[in-house]
Amino acid sequence: MSEYNGEIKKMLIILSKATLENVYAAFVLANGARMEGIEAEIFFTFFGLEAIHKKKLEHLHVATVGNPAMHMPTMLGGLPGMEALATTMMKKEMEKIDMPDIHEFLDIMVASGVKLWACRLAMDMFHYKKEDMYEGLSEVITVGDFYKQGSVLGTHMLFI
Amino acid sequence: MEKEIAGKKINVNEEGYLLDFNQWDQSIGEAIAKENNVDMTPRHWEVVKYLQGEHKNNVPLSIRKIGKSNVIDIKEFYALFPQGPLKISTKIAGIPKPASCL
Repeated sequence: MSEYNGEIKKMLIILSKATLENVYAAFVLANGARMEGIEAEIFFTFFGLEAIHKKKLEHLHVATVGNPAMHMPTMLGGLPGMEALATTMMKKEMEKIDMPDIHEFLDIMVASGVKLWACRLAMDMFHYKKEDMYEGLSEVITVGDFYKQGSVLGTHMLFI
Repeated sequence: MEKEIAGKKINVNEEGYLLDFNQWDQSIGEAIAKENNVDMTPRHWEVVKYLQGEHKNNVPLSIRKIGKSNVIDIKEFYALFPQGPLKISTKIAGIPKPASCL
């Protein structure tokens, strides 16, 4: 019998979306894991790749359409400028609680030992090259490679 | 609850954080460090003293602030306290565990 007591040793987080609220959720969870001494890795796939794309990461938006928590009619959320407005408001609130912007958050995570992986298939699909991506990116890897990272007792996987 | 640390009776919470900083001295810090598998070096103490100063001035502690402190960068902070830098260092320093998620 193993003596594993159910403790979380490693968090593998898959980020598939690039809306600000999803990206921050993934980053806070990864950073929070490291703060507890838990290993953390993020696998960026599909639209999640925008969060580590040099030209796109500064321009992520909050989703105003199809987001019931915005408490506004979906039609209004689709009006021009609505997403930008909601994003500006959210960024202001985040600054108040000392939340770093996306680039600084990536820097903090890399310094904290969070590994950042990009999905090979999605990179090919969007025609992104490794040079297009944030410099702290560990590697472009396959799903199989990513699963190998999880072969440690106490690994948990989370899809965002 | 009361716990014997370095031969003294100290008031701590259920996670082992000191409830009263006045009960802290370096031998207490040393004993808590040992319990958490940290070998204290002068550099560790420098950081612990900095955290105590910030706490005294009521500055809320976060990884981001420590990264900007000019005392230590985030990478070294993790290297000194790999089991959770803010969590362990504040326990050694005898100050409350920061409530921040960042």
